[in-house]
Amino acid sequence: MHVMYFTEQPMSAYPADIGLEFGATALMFSNKYFDPVAGSRLYNEYLEHYIYAEEMGVEGFMLNEHHNAPFCMQAKCNIFAAILAAVTKKAKIVLLGNPLPLAENPVRLAEELAMIDMISKGRLVSGFVRGGGQEQLANGVNPAYNRERFEEAHDLVVAAWTREGPFRWEGMHYQNRVVNPWAVPLQKPYPRVWIPGVLSKETIIWAAKQRYPYIALNTSIEATKNIWKLYDQVALETGYVAGPENRGYLQQVHVSDSEEKAEKNARQFLWMQGEFTGLAHPVWSSPSGYSSPDFRRQFVEFAVGRAESPRGRPTFEKQVADGRVIYGTPDTVIPKMRRILEETRPSIYGLWGNDGSVSNEDARTCIRLLGQEVMPAMREIGKELGLNDPFETDAPVHLKYSTDLRPMPQAAE
Amino acid sequence: MATGWTETAVELAGSKLHLARAGSGRPVLVLHHDIGTPDQLAFYDALTARFDVLVPHHPGYGKSERPEWLRSVRDVAIMYQALLSHLGVERPSLIGLGYGGWIAAEMAIMAPRDLHRLVLVGAMGLKPPAGDILDQAIISYIDYAKAGFHDEAAFAHIYGEVTTDQLVDWDICREMTFRIAWKPYMYSLTMPHLLGGMRVPSLVVWGDDDKVVPRGAGERYAELLPNARFEVVRNAGHCVEMEQPGALARLVVPFIEHN
Repeated sequence: MHVMYFTEQPMSAYPADIGLEFGATALMFSNKYFDPVAGSRLYNEYLEHYIYAEEMGVEGFMLNEHHNAPFCMQAKCNIFAAILAAVTKKAKIVLLGNPLPLAENPVRLAEELAMIDMISKGRLVSGFVRGGGQEQLANGVNPAYNRERFEEAHDLVVAAWTREGPFRWEGMHYQNRVVNPWAVPLQKPYPRVWIPGVLSKETIIWAAKQRYPYIALNTSIEATKNIWKLYDQVALETGYVAGPENRGYLQQVHVSDSEEKAEKNARQFLWMQGEFTGLAHPVWSSPSGYSSPDFRRQFVEFAVGRAESPRGRPTFEKQVADGRVIYGTPDTVIPKMRRILEETRPSIYGLWGNDGSVSNEDARTCIRLLGQEVMPAMREIGKELGLNDPFETDAPVHLKYSTDLRPMPQAAE
Repeated sequence: MATGWTETAVELAGSKLHLARAGSGRPVLVLHHDIGTPDQLAFYDALTARFDVLVPHHPGYGKSERPEWLRSVRDVAIMYQALLSHLGVERPSLIGLGYGGWIAAEMAIMAPRDLHRLVLVGAMGLKPPAGDILDQAIISYIDYAKAGFHDEAAFAHIYGEVTTDQLVDWDICREMTFRIAWKPYMYSLTMPHLLGGMRVPSLVVWGDDDKVVPRGAGERYAELLPNARFEVVRNAGHCVEMEQPGALARLVVPFIEHN
């Protein structure tokens, strides 16, 4: 079982009252409220958290990327990946993930990731995402071609990593006359690719067709099981049997040395006005062409303020009751993790420990308890339940490297 | 649709284009806004009294199929030239409304001998000398449509209680607009250099309260077109034809009829 630590790296030093007055703060909330002095302090605290975490036995760091918003300071996940490649020694550096459609030049991305893989001595897991609706707008990228760009950029990055250069790429969205990067990954055939997601069916189907593990981001147990059902079905149609090595999950878990402190800090998961990404702005979070046509009717009503977000905004109490937010001391948290592992059976687990304005001291306490108590217990439970991760099973990096494909009957779909 | 209008689907460049047509006389091609067009408008009906009026839905908008390969407004203009050729329509007058005005301008500069008159109403297509064209990506469908009107009552008169179906239509229009006009947003960098090739008379009309395309863009069109006149309609926003159909018809009809 691969268990890793995650934080959004929240920009906790901003005027929350003004943010609340403004409304949805992801995209247009002015960066005049971004204080680089606080930013510098926070980045350095977060950096020290990762170093401390590795000392406490944490075996992986999950990094992500968001733009134009106080909830996440990682405007480029490759930056922290590169830093951690240099200052840590053993933990996996798991990017979940690079928003591929934001790349106007995927070859450049392939170069950066290859450098990170080499400098980290082969510790990179290079996840990819589509990027949220507001990320497209923040980067001037066309949301209508989001999925096409995602798939083509992926193909180009993998080609840059694996095809002997120089070669030429004349694609629909990307055209490069000379692909010949003098930076290729250390890991062969290429670094593992894990695909995080929440709602979109198309992403789940695509991930299963590539045989890339899918990481469900803090979805309810019910929704998670439905995701696995779809993934498993596509896997069968593609010619393999999916298992725990294809499944990952991200969970908000704050651990502390008392229940009261744990609860207080766990409420910070909702620090952005009730939803960790801030209120999802109806228009900016779903620009036209971005979401699946399946959801069009629901999203248009949400976009004009006439319906609730299809993503939902459950209260803290509801999220605790649903098991999406977990808090407590290691003694109370470990049994809860056992129950979730028994229900959903992933082999990859991200523990999102700290958010909002959890104090530096409490954040470090959480990291220590996760690293020294909760994660080892989870790895033991994982062994017991046979939740072997892709490293342990030496799973093929991509479908085309499979050695166990079986010819399948025609897909019913 | 009102009586007298026929609706057909024309096979063009591999997809079906919806076309409504009514009236007789000089042919007039009306090119609608980026938010699509209602089936029936007083302005369209006024034109049918004097002209053979063609109102297509742009490829990918309204009832027209979406060509997945379409990539620019210039592509749409070329498709419309093909439509006119297919229908045997000679030297039409073009009335371009907003985004349709950009299409009309592109049609005119690519075939300056093949039209009778050019009318641009609140037209996109040129970068405004001051200010920016309103970015629909940042505002809701209803707010963007409303922004096209000087008086909100005029919006309500046309769209009434906005249904989910209308929202879905607007979303599909917006998605198509993003597909072909994402950036530079709503203007051509090369158009200013090409307008000088136009010969036939042009009429550029702007609502005095156009919140979508700054008036300076219209004035620029009138400066760059060799044979152009600029007119302002009072108490009108961007969608002049919807808000002040009578005033617009009084400008446009004599302009087209005059030899």
